[in-house]
Amino acid sequence: MSGGSRLDPWVDAYAARARGMTASEIRALFAVASRPEVVSLAGGMPFVQALPLDALAETAARLVRERGAEVLQYGSGQGDVTLRGQILDVMAEVGITAHPDDVIVTTGSQMALDLVTRVFCDPGDVVLVEAPSYVGALGVFRAYECDIQHVAMDDEGLVPEALDEAITRVRAEGKRVKMIYTIPSFHNPAGVTQGPERRRRILEIAKREGILILEDDPYGLLGFEGAPPRAIRADDDQQVVYLGSFSKTIASGLRVGWAVAPHGVREKLVLAAESAVLCPSNYAQLTVSEYLATQPWREQVKVFRELYRERRDALLDSLEQLMPAGTTWTKPAGGFYSWVTLPEGLDAKAMLPRAISALVAYVPGTGFFVDGQGSQSLRLSYCYPDADRIREGVRRLSGVIESELEIAQTFGTGHVLRNAQGPANPAPDLL
Amino acid sequence: MQVLVLAGGLSAERDVSLRSGRRVAEALRTARPDWQVIERDVDATLLAELAADAPDCVVPLLHGSAGEDGAVRDVLECLGLPYVGSRAAASRLAFDKPVAKTLVRRAGLATPEAVALPHATFRELGAPGVMAALERGIGFPLVVKPARGGSALGVSIVREAAELPAAMVGAFAYGDVAMLERFVDGTEVAVGVVETPDGPVALPAVEIAADGGFYDYAARYTAGTTEFHVPARLDDAVAKAAAEAALTAHETLGLRDWSRSDLIIDAEGTPWFLEVNVAPGMTETSLVPQALAAAGIDMGAQMAALVERAVARV
Repeated sequence: MSGGSRLDPWVDAYAARARGMTASEIRALFAVASRPEVVSLAGGMPFVQALPLDALAETAARLVRERGAEVLQYGSGQGDVTLRGQILDVMAEVGITAHPDDVIVTTGSQMALDLVTRVFCDPGDVVLVEAPSYVGALGVFRAYECDIQHVAMDDEGLVPEALDEAITRVRAEGKRVKMIYTIPSFHNPAGVTQGPERRRRILEIAKREGILILEDDPYGLLGFEGAPPRAIRADDDQQVVYLGSFSKTIASGLRVGWAVAPHGVREKLVLAAESAVLCPSNYAQLTVSEYLATQPWREQVKVFRELYRERRDALLDSLEQLMPAGTTWTKPAGGFYSWVTLPEGLDAKAMLPRAISALVAYVPGTGFFVDGQGSQSLRLSYCYPDADRIREGVRRLSGVIESELEIAQTFGTGHVLRNAQGPANPAPDLL
Repeated sequence: MQVLVLAGGLSAERDVSLRSGRRVAEALRTARPDWQVIERDVDATLLAELAADAPDCVVPLLHGSAGEDGAVRDVLECLGLPYVGSRAAASRLAFDKPVAKTLVRRAGLATPEAVALPHATFRELGAPGVMAALERGIGFPLVVKPARGGSALGVSIVREAAELPAAMVGAFAYGDVAMLERFVDGTEVAVGVVETPDGPVALPAVEIAADGGFYDYAARYTAGTTEFHVPARLDDAVAKAAAEAALTAHETLGLRDWSRSDLIIDAEGTPWFLEVNVAPGMTETSLVPQALAAAGIDMGAQMAALVERAVARV
């Protein structure tokens, strides 16, 4: 057809990779989730209100006043050298030792994800990711036209046997595996954590097969039980590119993250960063640097841990009390998320409009997969609403699931409950 | 003149409404730089603000429930505030698709056979039996949609019995009543109606050809995925019949100021009425703005004329 208007004169000019960039009902529904009436268990927004805001304001003002010419100028493509040194102190908490030269500061660790993929992946290269995986990483891998393959997880995260199998299968298909992307600690969205033995075996497989591990660790310091889990990178500085972030430990709005990479990789990442953004924001970097130098940041991380632990408890307690039979969920030992699996036959995406009408929001599970899996699951975040709101949100959600179960039962789409109609009730006994 | 454009709200079409509101407000500002045009969401602080500082006119661009079912308009009427668009009672009739279809059918318009059923009916009578009856009464392909709501949310085209249960679950997620309507093959067109001092006038029909064949949410709001022809590629007689159908719907339902009717033109050139919108979408990819442009009417000037009409009514 021709002669009509498509309302976009560039429609034939877009790259193939822009094809999937379309409006979606899910995004439309999330627009409602931003309203205060809605209890949003959807977004993973850190509770930045708990920060010492006055101190941060003072820091920012002082920086501009006293070091304006530096703060407001371009900086190094690799990032501020003082901050890179301070990042080593932060990473020491998860057992990593490195040199400031090994660190590249990025605009959030999201940018580091982009740079690593840009440097390593040609279209069609395989990236192995957990099932489910971080939606932002999937977006990056998709943008670089990678072949994304999910690998099974269990309550301890990525399953080594499944990883082995995936590598064998993919290679048998004549494809090249470029990276294993993993979030070992307090996984987004699964809410699970790899134990030390699990990490050791994953590293062993990666070494044996000569595949890079991309270790994404934004939540590592936000564990609720004991010391932060030791990073995979702590045990190998050649096999792993480690991504860290200040988004959850300081402030997501500053957009400061980093990558630690072996020398050759790091050189390429710096060049790639320079072509992407010239340099990360000096203003944001120096704000973080000043904060780390002048504020008790470890104490502040403790404040966040306590806050999120209380919210996690509120979530798990109310799920336990209110969720309909057949619903299961993971019990995170840190981080922001629990992964909920609905009773058989329910579809979390199809249920979302009902949830929004009931003023509660979540993220449907399919978004965390590239292959259509996850329809029966959803992600709940407990980081932003307070404990009372979380309880109210779970109460609303349980009502939504009950209603959806009833519909599914009526239409036979809920398999387990298809024949759940009970026997007729006896007449009341009047004698 | 102070004009308040109401957009947003809590419906599933919040995002669309916000974009419609922004676009209309901007067009009004351009057309009438001397007017004060304010955009505002609907929330618990709205009424106190209206009481403290009443605008001269309200332009409700809320889509979906509360916006188009007349509820907010009822409140505006109680407050004695002039507003652009249909009155609450008429909006309520128009927003309910089965009711609107019944009324326009009585007025002589063709509209595909349809049945609207609440979930309770399926539960009480047993879904398999009800679905078999629907298959017999309406036949495939059919369209399942929520009885109330817009932007094709919760709408599915069902071509065989196996697809029906999932489509029903999808529609019931948006409301308690689902409508099953016979699918009419043909050209999809939308006809806007605006009232002028000389009476209601139909705008040129907009023909919609979605790439995937189904004008769903993505096709509506992703620029480039749908091809539009304005005016629609219809014979003069058919174009006239489509215009008359939209005018009949507008008048039969007692609508005011403006509306947009969605029609299918079948192979014989008969316009089939599907639904009418009392707060038509006004986003960058929406249909009424395209129709206005094709008619050589400036959107801001048109909306300003409607505002003046509303103010003069009081």
